[in-house]
Amino acid sequence: MKKNSAFIIAISAVVLGLIAGSILMLSIGSNPLEGYSYLFKGGLMSIERIGNTIATAITLTLTGLSVAFAFKTGLFNIGAAGQMLMGGLCSTMVALTVTAPRPILLFLIILAGFTGGALWGAVPGLLKAKFNVHEVVATIMMNWIAYWVVYYVVPAYFKGMYLETESRLIPMSASLKAPWLDALFNGSYINIGIFIALIAVVIIQIILKKTTLGFELKAVGFNRDAAEYAGIKVNRNIVLSMIIAGSLAGLAGTTFYTGYASNMQIGVLPNQGFDGIAVALLGATEPWGVFASALFFGLLHSGKGFMNAMTRIPPEISDTIIATIIYFTATSVLIGRIWSFFNRRQKRKNDTKIINLDSGSDSDSEEEEK
Amino acid sequence: MDYVVEMLNIRKEFTGVVANDNVTLQVRPQEIHALLGENGAGKSTLMSILFGLYHADEGSIMVKGKAVHITDPNIAYELGIGMVHQHFQLVHNFTVTQNIIMGNEGRFILDVRSASKKIKELSERYKLSIDPNEKIEDISVGMQQRVEILKMLYRDADVLIFDEPTAVLTPQEIHELMGIMRNLVDEGKSIILITHKLKEIKDIADRCTVIRRGKYIGTVDVADTTQQEMASMMVGREVSFKVDKEASKPGETVLDIKDLRVLNARKYEALKKFSIHVCRGEIVGLAGVEGNGQTELVEAITGLRDIISGSITIRGEEITHLSRRKRNELGIAHIPEDRQKHGLVLEFTVGENLVLKTYYQKPFSRFGFLDQDKIKEHTERIVELFDVRSGQGIYSPAGGLSGGNQQKAIVGREIDMNPDLLIAVQPTRGLDVGAIEYIHKRLIEQRDNGKAVLLVSLELDEIFNLSDRIVIINSGEVIDVVKTEETNEDEVGLMMAGIKRGESR
Repeated sequence: MKKNSAFIIAISAVVLGLIAGSILMLSIGSNPLEGYSYLFKGGLMSIERIGNTIATAITLTLTGLSVAFAFKTGLFNIGAAGQMLMGGLCSTMVALTVTAPRPILLFLIILAGFTGGALWGAVPGLLKAKFNVHEVVATIMMNWIAYWVVYYVVPAYFKGMYLETESRLIPMSASLKAPWLDALFNGSYINIGIFIALIAVVIIQIILKKTTLGFELKAVGFNRDAAEYAGIKVNRNIVLSMIIAGSLAGLAGTTFYTGYASNMQIGVLPNQGFDGIAVALLGATEPWGVFASALFFGLLHSGKGFMNAMTRIPPEISDTIIATIIYFTATSVLIGRIWSFFNRRQKRKNDTKIINLDSGSDSDSEEEEK
Repeated sequence: MDYVVEMLNIRKEFTGVVANDNVTLQVRPQEIHALLGENGAGKSTLMSILFGLYHADEGSIMVKGKAVHITDPNIAYELGIGMVHQHFQLVHNFTVTQNIIMGNEGRFILDVRSASKKIKELSERYKLSIDPNEKIEDISVGMQQRVEILKMLYRDADVLIFDEPTAVLTPQEIHELMGIMRNLVDEGKSIILITHKLKEIKDIADRCTVIRRGKYIGTVDVADTTQQEMASMMVGREVSFKVDKEASKPGETVLDIKDLRVLNARKYEALKKFSIHVCRGEIVGLAGVEGNGQTELVEAITGLRDIISGSITIRGEEITHLSRRKRNELGIAHIPEDRQKHGLVLEFTVGENLVLKTYYQKPFSRFGFLDQDKIKEHTERIVELFDVRSGQGIYSPAGGLSGGNQQKAIVGREIDMNPDLLIAVQPTRGLDVGAIEYIHKRLIEQRDNGKAVLLVSLELDEIFNLSDRIVIINSGEVIDVVKTEETNEDEVGLMMAGIKRGESR
């Protein structure tokens, strides 16, 4: 029931976002049907383009999971961008300095990304636990620290051949790109990060649903006082939650900088970190929901270039659609109300039976009374 | 004019749930008319209809003999109907006068002075002793309630609805409120008193209308009806108030507190060299006016609050340095004061809440994974044993349960941990007679099974009904410890105010 309504809300938000987008397209004199058909074609019409859509979704899945996981513990992780940068930097450093057989090297690269992100998540977690510094403030600060660390480290130690503002290119042997995946998807950006993302989705799902750790994290997220009363170590859980969220965003950095791209640029806070918030919201902070919404956002991102090339519709329209969808998901309470309003009307028509008030249905009437 | 307010054959239905079914309420002028029913019986719905917040599906309302349609609260005001809400609707940094004239300020120019004068006159006439210039945040809860009453009087209300007015008051304040209600009636007002406390009805009401599960049961003259009879009407079966219990047989000491000093949230000393002990097989009642250190004591024992000095031992083992979880494992169970803040995670299911303290132990957890089957088995047993009623059993979200069932779930969880020490704080707050009776029985049962029970309650009735010994606390100090059978409510009431036995009054 609850899951159903989250699904309906997500679909409604997407539809409303698309409607808003078509109004915009009409207002600049373009045909929305044509626009959308190119947008979706751009993301889906060939194996290569599908590969690119998935490749974009990999990073978004991981940042989305990061935000969603922190949400479950009642924390708002705005620092996915910074954690992603640090994860990417650590992975890039390993990729450019370590020589080892490919499987070991890839393992070290992934581990480095995981650790870098975890570290960047741990700091706001500790600040929150020890000094009650709000995690929103702390994670935003950490974003900028990461930004400037990259700004310094990349030109100082990993300067590219031609440009001061980029790191050296990662050799193929140290990249998450795999020849067999390239062959399968006709040379798209897809890389073995997809398996990292899928494994992360499964592991997070298991942690949240099946483990005592997930039980504790959720208890802290829903009701800190009750968790404390029950003997759960609230502060430990806050730090742990931020470490896990940070490591997920760190992995996002690994897949992006050593898989999707092959070097790091300075002076950029990756957008994927912030898009992760939207992905998490649209996915109702459920791991598989996050994966589905990341695919959808990936589609919009990879299709907008094609739409721009084939029509007069600017790519900003696609960004506007994304923004509108975020807006409608964020106001999902409203959509939820509208739905329950229609449901209730329907129910009233169908259901004229008299049910006595008993303790089981007390809550209904109390809700009504409010 | 026989009746000042008549609600005839009212019916109100919410999507499939009949909240009021053919309910009739007739209030005579200058009477205190009690409206009695369990939680969820439909009292609030009925009053909301009278107040214009809901519309009745069927039935009619007459005010002073005339049929009326009350479509919103302003019409109710115009007809002279006013409501004193259970949760006060006051702006805390405004003065009494500002609060009272709010929404009724007059056309353009704010004439505070004459309003203030009118409020003063009203206050004197009804003996409310309110200073119109004081700020709400500076006056006590009892006084704030009087401001709510004044609000209604200022709007010339003739019929005052009191919604559970005593829930937030101390015994002394309740006494004073009853005096005020009598004054109001003497001055020509009529009162509808919504409550589920029978003793109050017996003390003050003239007639009483009982509803049960949305249905009208009857209207009785309070003078001719016993509390027992009213309770049966309300619950639909025989209810016993006096809990049958045998004399206690105290065993070894379980909880021993010596010279405990604790600060409260505002860094004042909430407990000053506080010492008590509780033995196996006895219930010790902690009696005191709210805010005299009871909360801090319970938090110190359960580990939610640090202590400055002193010792707390369980079966001789010092626990002050132990974590909350260690204390739970040592055998301290705690029914918390605020079931929604501390007792439950409302978003969790009933089942998850029932293992909130034990989820990590065998057999519920193995290698960090929850064993859902074992949890299901265990929690279904508690739900069955403690009669926790909910829509989808252990899979209902705890937030969807009625207050009584939420409390039963907590009581079930804590008792099922088989603790040596059970701390019950206001275990029946806001519950109806049926649930109270049930929880009281369970507490006595714990005592008879050789457990130590520390009962903290603001209801003297409850303290006297259950306790074997009573510890009276005032300003963080033990005033006295008395045996229940050797004292009475008046004596304990005085000690709660800080007056020791034998002291001149």
